[in-house]
Parts: sequence; C-alpha cells; structure tokens
Amino acid sequence: MDKMPRWADVLLIPLISLLLAAILSALVILAIGENPVEALGYMVEGALGSTYGWGYTLYYATNFIFTGLAVAIAFHASLFNIGGEGQATLGGLGVALVCLALPWPHWTLALPAAVIGGAAFGAFWAAIPAYLQAKRGSHIVITTIMFNYIAFALIIYLLNNGLKPIGQMESSSARFPEGAALPTLHEMLAVVGIPFSKAPPVNISLFLALAAAWGVWLLLWRTPLGFEIRAFGKSEPAGRYAGISPTKIIMITMLISGGLAGLMAINTVMGEAERLVNNSVQNAGFIGIAVALMGRSHPVGILIAGLLFGFLVQGGAELAFWTSIPTELIIVIQALVILFTGALDNMVRMPVEALFSRRRLAAKATPAE
Amino acid sequence: MDYATLLQVLDSTFRLATPLLLACLAGLYSERAGIFDIGLEGKMLAAAFLSAAVAFVTGSVWLGLLAGIAASMLLSIIHGLASITFRGNQLISGVAINFLASGLTVLVAQAWFAQGGRTPSLSGAGRFSPWEWPFAEAIIPVPVVGPLYNELISGHTAIVYLALAMVPISWYVLFRTRFGLRLRAVGENPAAVDTAGVSVVGLRFAAVAICGVLCGVAGAYLATSLQAGFVKEMTAGRGYIALAALIFAKWRPWYALYACLLFGFLQAIALRFQNLDLGLFTVPVEFMDALPYILTVVILAGFVGKAIPPRAGGEPYVKER
Repeated sequence: MDKMPRWADVLLIPLISLLLAAILSALVILAIGENPVEALGYMVEGALGSTYGWGYTLYYATNFIFTGLAVAIAFHASLFNIGGEGQATLGGLGVALVCLALPWPHWTLALPAAVIGGAAFGAFWAAIPAYLQAKRGSHIVITTIMFNYIAFALIIYLLNNGLKPIGQMESSSARFPEGAALPTLHEMLAVVGIPFSKAPPVNISLFLALAAAWGVWLLLWRTPLGFEIRAFGKSEPAGRYAGISPTKIIMITMLISGGLAGLMAINTVMGEAERLVNNSVQNAGFIGIAVALMGRSHPVGILIAGLLFGFLVQGGAELAFWTSIPTELIIVIQALVILFTGALDNMVRMPVEALFSRRRLAAKATPAE
Repeated sequence: MDYATLLQVLDSTFRLATPLLLACLAGLYSERAGIFDIGLEGKMLAAAFLSAAVAFVTGSVWLGLLAGIAASMLLSIIHGLASITFRGNQLISGVAINFLASGLTVLVAQAWFAQGGRTPSLSGAGRFSPWEWPFAEAIIPVPVVGPLYNELISGHTAIVYLALAMVPISWYVLFRTRFGLRLRAVGENPAAVDTAGVSVVGLRFAAVAICGVLCGVAGAYLATSLQAGFVKEMTAGRGYIALAALIFAKWRPWYALYACLLFGFLQAIALRFQNLDLGLFTVPVEFMDALPYILTVVILAGFVGKAIPPRAGGEPYVKER
C-alpha cells in the first residue's frame, strides 16, 4: 500500500530536503563572495569546537525544542500555530511576574512556580485564537499572526509602564531575586567533576526541554487524548464521526502548544537574562516552524532539528564575528529549510516515490521470469 | 486639532495607506483565486531592497521600480511553484518567503554596499518626486478648499495616485470582466472552472503574478518614495497589516480602500501624536500600533458581520483523472 518504505519517508526525504537547502545556502555564500567551505569551518569550530561553543549551541537548541514541540503538537491536530513568537513573549511575562512576585529562597521552589507561570501565560495567549477557531471559525493562522503583533505591543507598553523600576532608563523589568537563578550546565556538571565552560547561559531548562519532548511523545502516542488529537488531525469528519469533539481537541491542543512555547521563557528570561527585556524571544517562535517541519513533528526528530538549528544560530553568530557574513545568513538557511521540507515537500517526494514504485515493479517482475 | 493639523494627518494618512493598499489589493487577487498569501511582507521587503539598490546604482527610480517588481515576481513564482505546481502548503510557503526576503535583503545589501545591511540614501532622480497639481500654489489663499487642494490632493508621488486608481480598476477587472469572473470562480469552486475547460493552474498563476507586481510596486514605494533608501526590516509588519485590511474588507476592493485608509490613519495618528491625550485618559502609542490587529481579530471573531474567505482558499486543486 505504501508508496515507499518507512525509512525513506522518515530519513531519506528530510535528508534530501536538507541537502537542497544546504546547496542553495552554499550558493548564496558564494554569491556574496565568501567561501562556503571556510564558512562551514568557522561555524563548526565556533559552535562545536569547545564546551563554550557547545554551551551556546545547547542553549539555543533548548529554545527551539520548546517552540518546535509547540508547532508540532498543533500540526498533529492539523492546526498551524504561527503564534509561537507571541506565546513565548507572553510566557516571558508570566515567568517574570512569578520571579518578581516573591523573594525566592531557592531555585527548586522558583522553577516549578515559573513553569506554571510561563506555561499559563503562553497557553492563555493561544487560547483566544483557539477559541475563535473552534467556535467562530476564524482562521487560526491569521489570528495567531495578529496575536504576535498584539503581544509585541503589549510587552513594550508593560516594560515602559509598570514593569520598569522607577528611575531606570533602559526599558526592562527589575532584576530577578538571587534565589530565582537557575543552575547552569557548568554548575551541574561540576558536581560530577566534568569541566564545562562557565560563560554560556545553558542551564537546567535543557533537561526541562528533554522532559517536555518525552512528555509530548507520551501524550501523542500513549494516551487516548493523543490518539484523539492525531485522529482529528488526519480527518476532521472521521474524528467527528468517532465522537471526538472538535472544540475540545482544538482548545486542548492549542493550550498545550501555547504552554510549550511559553515554557521557552524559562530558558531565556529566567535562565539567561534574569529579567524581562524587550524582544526576549528573538525569532525562536518562528524557527520552531522550521524545526517542527524538519523533525517531521516527532519529538525525536525535533530534538535533532533543534540541535541543528542551535548549531546554525551559534555557528552563524561566530561566522558574523570572524567574517563579514551577517547573522541574517541563518534566516536564509531557515527559510530554505522551511521551503524545502515544508512547502516544496512534494517536489522532493514525487521523484523519490516514483523511483521506489518503479523498483518495486521491477522486483515483482523478476521472480516471474 | 486645528484644520492645518488635520490636513497634515490626512495627508500622511494617504502616504502611509498607499503601501498597505497596494499590498492589500495584491493579496485580494491572490486570495480571490484561492491562493492564500501570507508572504506579502516578504515580497514588499524584497522589492523595497532591490528597487532602492537599482535606483541608487542607475540613478533612475523607474528602473528601480522595475527591479523591485522583478524581485517580488521572483518570490511570487516560488510561491506559485510551491502552492500550485507542487500542491504544497500555501501558508508554509508564505512563511518561507517572508524569511527568505528578510535574510537575503540584508545579506545582499551588506555584500553589495557594506553599510550594515542598508542601501545608500537616495536623492534626486533616485526617488519619486511629488506631482504638483496645477494652481496648487495659487489656490492656497482660498479658505478651506485652498489648503485642502494644496496639501491633500496635490503633491503626492505618482504611486499614491496609481494605488488609488487601482481600486476601481481592480473592482472592474474582478467583477465586470470574464477574467475576473473566472478568477473568482477558481477561488470558490475550481472544479467547475476546470469542467468549463478553463485552466485552473493558468488562472491561479495569473493571480499570483498580479499579486507579485502589486507587491513590487508597494515595496518600491516604501524605499523610493515614503523613505529614501532601504533599511533592514523596513516593511515593519505592513504586509501583515495589509492582510488584516484584506480580511477587514472581506475580500472586496472598495472596502479594501476604506480599511487601508483607516489603518493608514491609525499609523498617521500614532506617528504624529505618540501618546494620544483624549482628556479623560491617554491612549498609549503601543495601543495605536496594535489596533489594526485587534480590530481584525474582532472582525474575524464575527462580532461585526462575518468575514468569509473564498471557499477554495488554501486548497491545492487536484485534477480528476
């Protein structure tokens, strides 16, 4: 029945898409007069050549795992949540409010509270578009885009009015209490005696992201709710016929999706900045789309794709430092990955499928001879 | 607000509404033909960059305009290939196009001009000059009408008038010609159009191409008329506001004009007054910035009349065999 073996679908197609994106990226680098091989060298060295580089790569990867999972779980219900950026922005507000609310004595108390705060605010920002999609039929893509911009305006307003301490010039919130500081990977690995660079902001959120990926896998493939989400995503009429309530699935899926995007703020706001600044999300919400597409919306794929994009962002920053190639190269690569793994998927898929069905026909024909 | 201030605000309303209107009409053609396009932003950005770059290098704003249209068309072709030929997800394709433009413009600008991802400032023939209407100076002493004529009606660049003219033209093309009827039909029920022996693919590509041209003009206007040169991310969400206006207008040309003028007016107010003091309370500038999006969500929620998109929008057409 299947047009091609499973490994081709899971591995071969993404690899070909990635290769196409890489070739085009190399051509772009050539076109602006730089050497792509040298550029790759700088990126690998800068992102993976030291524990310092690894630290930043893993820090960025943490963000992208959260936002990638957020986009992926919505994909499973056939919803395109393009509002990760806004939901993560609001998540930052939630985390900041929790951290500033009490003089936290220790991070073990602050972290669970901040998780609830970040997830709740992110989920809230996804809830309104979800409700409008479920009840009023307004397209979730458009409403989540609109909510991104509303979130940006809201945060700028709040940072200038209320969150900013009196007398401070820069528009940011007050610094979080010492007790809300999360342990970094450096501190955690030092306990078991492994040396790791002190500078990068990678922190315990990385393990939170891994736990989230496992949780999403468990939810989607090991619970009745996950089955309902996937069934609804495959075919809404069939799901409805099987007694699955569209409203319930849309609401629950988007709440989880927004919550996951909001959790990203644990890493950036609580783990790195330790205060709320403007534009704390830095495109991670959008990169989540590329990560989910490349990871085929599966948690394992998302971990790999998240790591790859962490590498690209850190490597890109190093590249911009050592050469005259601006960091915008990463946006181009991200666009190409989205284009090839998402929009032009059929362009890659059709020839591969044709190849496999031809081979199968040939295999069937041989024994008869 | 006195009369002179009001005129100034209205004047900048028209200037700020122009790129919105062009992009909105661009989206109108595309979406009426059943191709969702959230890549308006990226096309405008690419056009803004290339028009400014070519206008600077050649010193001719008209060549710049053509280059801008070419850049936008190129992205349109990618969108067409992805969403029509390869039947991919139109929304994802739009997202990819926005990022492609956002990254490539800065990358190429940096490699070309080495000024931190911007083009050098344009001057003289590198920019569109305003059209002074006859007697614009002479009529100023006439009360009320004089300043109105001088400030508001006269003295815009050619593209402002072109954008305004595109409204009745689009209405005529879409609702009074055979091409327009077919284009709208292809967005509602492509199978019927196919049965009638008209090419669905051809019509949709035509719509996407028109969309590319209009976005190109909108982008060129931003870089060579509203401002003098390209700067990073200079579209600043205008493509999404245009998309909002399109929904606000419920996919109709004349309403698109009103929606874009309204959103242009909001931008003009925000630009002029920053925090707007209404006596009882102050409206923060951030609220004015967010208002187009909030209004669109309210419209989408169906509280003020329902916005129903073209029925076949977003769905690739598969010919029956």
